[in-house]
Amino acid sequence: MERRTIFPGWGLPVLLVMPQLALTAVFFLWPAGQAIWSSMTRADPFGIRTTFVGLENFADLFSDPLYLDSAGRTVVFCAAVSAISLLLALALATAADREIRGRALYRFMLIWPYAVAPAISAVLWILLLHPQIGLVGHWLNRIGIVWDYKLNGTQAMLMVILASAWKQISYNFIFLLAGLQSIPKSIVEAARLDGAKGFFRFRTIILPLLMPTVFFLVIVNLVYAAFETFPTVLALTQGGPGKATETLVVKVYRDGVINLDVGSSSAQSVVLMAAVIVLTAVQFRFLGKRGGE
Amino acid sequence: MSGRADWPAHTVLALGVLLFLVPVWLLLAGSTLDPAAISRGELSMVPDLRNLGVYGTVLTEGAPGVGPVWRMMLVSAGMALAIAFGKIAISILSAYAVTFFRFPLRMVAFWIIFITLMLPVEVRIIPTYSVMSDLHLINTFPGLTIPLIASATATLLFRQTFLAIPDELVEAARMDGAGPWRFLKDILIPVSAANLAALFVILFVYGWNQYLWPLLVATDPSLDTIVIGIVKMIGTETQTEWNKVMAAAVLALLPPILVVVLMQRWFVKGLTEGDK
Amino acid sequence: MNRRTLLAGAAALAASPAIVHAQDTAKTKIVFWHAMTGANNDEINRIARDFNASQSEVDLQAIFKGSYADTLTAAIAAWRAGQAPHVVQIFEVGTGSMLAAGPAVKQVWQLAQETGAKIDPAAYIPAVRGYYSLPDGRMASMPLNSSTALMWYNKDAFEMAGLDPESPPDTWDKLVVAARALKEKWARPMAAKGGADVMPVTSSWFAWIQLEEFSAIHNLPFASLADGFGGLGAELKFNSPAHVKQLARLLDMSKEGTFKYTGRDNTPDPLFYAGQAAIGFGSSAGRGDIVRNAKFKWAPALVPYEPELTKTPNNTIIGGASLWTMTAPSRTPAEYKGVARFLEFIGQPEMDAKYHQSTGYVPVTLAGATLSEKQGYYVKNPGADMAVKSLTRGTITENSKGLRLGRLPEIRNIVYEEVEKALQGQQTAQAALDSAVTRGNRVLREFEKAVKA
Repeated sequence: MERRTIFPGWGLPVLLVMPQLALTAVFFLWPAGQAIWSSMTRADPFGIRTTFVGLENFADLFSDPLYLDSAGRTVVFCAAVSAISLLLALALATAADREIRGRALYRFMLIWPYAVAPAISAVLWILLLHPQIGLVGHWLNRIGIVWDYKLNGTQAMLMVILASAWKQISYNFIFLLAGLQSIPKSIVEAARLDGAKGFFRFRTIILPLLMPTVFFLVIVNLVYAAFETFPTVLALTQGGPGKATETLVVKVYRDGVINLDVGSSSAQSVVLMAAVIVLTAVQFRFLGKRGGE
Repeated sequence: MSGRADWPAHTVLALGVLLFLVPVWLLLAGSTLDPAAISRGELSMVPDLRNLGVYGTVLTEGAPGVGPVWRMMLVSAGMALAIAFGKIAISILSAYAVTFFRFPLRMVAFWIIFITLMLPVEVRIIPTYSVMSDLHLINTFPGLTIPLIASATATLLFRQTFLAIPDELVEAARMDGAGPWRFLKDILIPVSAANLAALFVILFVYGWNQYLWPLLVATDPSLDTIVIGIVKMIGTETQTEWNKVMAAAVLALLPPILVVVLMQRWFVKGLTEGDK
Repeated sequence: MNRRTLLAGAAALAASPAIVHAQDTAKTKIVFWHAMTGANNDEINRIARDFNASQSEVDLQAIFKGSYADTLTAAIAAWRAGQAPHVVQIFEVGTGSMLAAGPAVKQVWQLAQETGAKIDPAAYIPAVRGYYSLPDGRMASMPLNSSTALMWYNKDAFEMAGLDPESPPDTWDKLVVAARALKEKWARPMAAKGGADVMPVTSSWFAWIQLEEFSAIHNLPFASLADGFGGLGAELKFNSPAHVKQLARLLDMSKEGTFKYTGRDNTPDPLFYAGQAAIGFGSSAGRGDIVRNAKFKWAPALVPYEPELTKTPNNTIIGGASLWTMTAPSRTPAEYKGVARFLEFIGQPEMDAKYHQSTGYVPVTLAGATLSEKQGYYVKNPGADMAVKSLTRGTITENSKGLRLGRLPEIRNIVYEEVEKALQGQQTAQAALDSAVTRGNRVLREFEKAVKA
């Protein structure tokens, strides 16, 4: 993970790293410190009266069954989003890696959705799945399948998972295709001559070579599902019905920005920060190892 | 696979293409329909070509509550470009510093950049807002962009690229007597051109799609981005003119898609090479 | 255009408003944050233009800040940063939080005292004034857009179902009977035709209309201590037998297919004007949308009552939002004076009547209502006075004045969550309301601790 060849002196590098460190300190470290402080206080929304309460907010959190439910739900949600978008992307990338006609066009048609804004993708899914005005939702009800994500928690969860996974397929496709293409054709060819066929060849030869990319994507997808999906969830279900689609970040957002319960929301943020740091450390170790290969 | 058509692959790919095309086609068709019909649930996949004028209307006049779409798109473009170039500049410098130099607290600096930048925006929005206000950056273009410029992803990506550069190349440059600056300018940047392009695409899309931060920090209507504009057009208390919302959404999709398309070759190549 | 010029162009564009505003420093600048979208946004801009044209000292700038919740959050963040707007529009359920904001706000009576502005509480409709006043009658915030709960019904559907379109059900028992008729003779044939998903009854704002308004109409406490007007120690009371019976009735209707829950807040609105729901409970402010969209004969009616609980149903309470004056370290007396002039301006009967007639919100002043009547508005628009009728029915009691509870939006959300679980068959009406009350009380105690500390 270290380069052998380096330039001497430390004045220049410090200067080079300064702009980034300054921005980080002002816009990240300081607010993060604020969040940690707030997590140990009880304050009214305006911050007029603030009392130090120690770890009370954390204690409340971990004794609240609704919070624990939300944590469990988040795990399911993240796993489902990552699995669906990775599997679909893998199928598409494997197909696009073949020597077929029109592959350039296919690739292009699968890459552009990367550019769709989450706010706009939420609009798209409403137009598709809304039980009354949505094209597919309306049709499902017409043919007698009761589709009502506003009241059916399972359907609501399915919908936010689909919408979130959909948005991530292109990203995964790009990386997986790149990963597939970097596998030397000679290895695949050799396996083919050895008589390894179809799925067996894929599982024993290609998949192991693709594992580094897959692992990287799993982490990226988990972080995406955990943090970046909240505008989508808010726009589609607002966390409901009941609490059926309330993930941890939706809860942080709701408690902090809508309910203005700064103390509890900050405590939840601190818990999430810890989770991100763990995930980041895993990713860092992994990437560091790969970089040194 | 040479010669005969690979039907399974074609089927999979075609289904994938449809998965993305159908919703966007719906948006396109919907933009040309009667807004009241959409509210009544009469959405259709067949566009009404007589109503294409809605695009001209939203571009030049906007919709109730928002200004003309061309202006909001210009703000979005400015924001996306400032974020993309700003991020690339500061990340390339810091990645260069942590990769090719040894200096005190180097790894501490790296970890600080790395961990804190993954804090989700909604976690730190209120404290960040007060920092911006102390710096008098509320309602300004720099206020819209600067807090989004620091980036762990970009630094990480460059670090990966730099780590992958063969030692021989670095040695050769040093034998030629290249100093740190010349090395950066003449060797590193050209070598990472593909990554630069890939990163530009990622960051442009990131900047273009921002929602929460612009909403909070820019209260002046002349700083409305197109994404904010679309959300403003979706009325909460009154009837939404869905056709205009959809037309604006289609227009909002075009620039980032165009960037992805135009830079597709570089984009994919950059990621491939960076991910060796 | 290359990238650099585009960037420079965008930056210049961004900088331009500062230059424009720098020129008229002679005027006192007042910033007004609001949450109005669509046509209502245009109406706010119209008011700002009219106000600016009506005098030469104050320049008011109206700025949209997102949804009601976004606006409240932004105002709080801005106040903490010393950058609060002069005036901000806060939804009615945020009133409790704003009243606890102490130094962050200047209440209307205080502003009037300091600036000598003439704002007379007696000019306002009692149900409106009550919601935004202190228990002793002093006004805390300035009413702007107010609405109330109504029952909109589709006259064509009534006719088809053999019901009298001129006498909508006024009690819940009659409503259940009507809904059954609608199901058999209207919804079933419509569904058979293969059209859109149709339902006899749906409700927007379930928490507000089916619980808060239900309490007010039947003079039942929603919370103790006069619905919270009596102090921060109020406890939720909406799990009484009467409330449970009402929710159980709606659950039964849902089961037999005569009522359909179609989402939180105002998301069910389009179902009524699209003709998919024969009866739609909703805000009176939805009138404009109904006028524009409904392709059938319709009318508003008062929300039904339960004769077993009361023979003399009370007024409904208001929804909507009011204007709050905010403070900032750098704020000058001239600025407060400017705010006072603006509040006086919108309180004039002519302005009130005009706003009422162009938005569908109720007139907030008695004079505004009289003026609208004199102008012949209600003759030309039958039923447009139904909201005022609803707000002025019976005599106002401590249970129908409004709610004064902190973090009420959060409590509404809890109600939605628990009711949605009950509608899915996961719990009974009793369990749903008990659980909502318990969770809601926890929120109230947190709020009490936070603002008392």
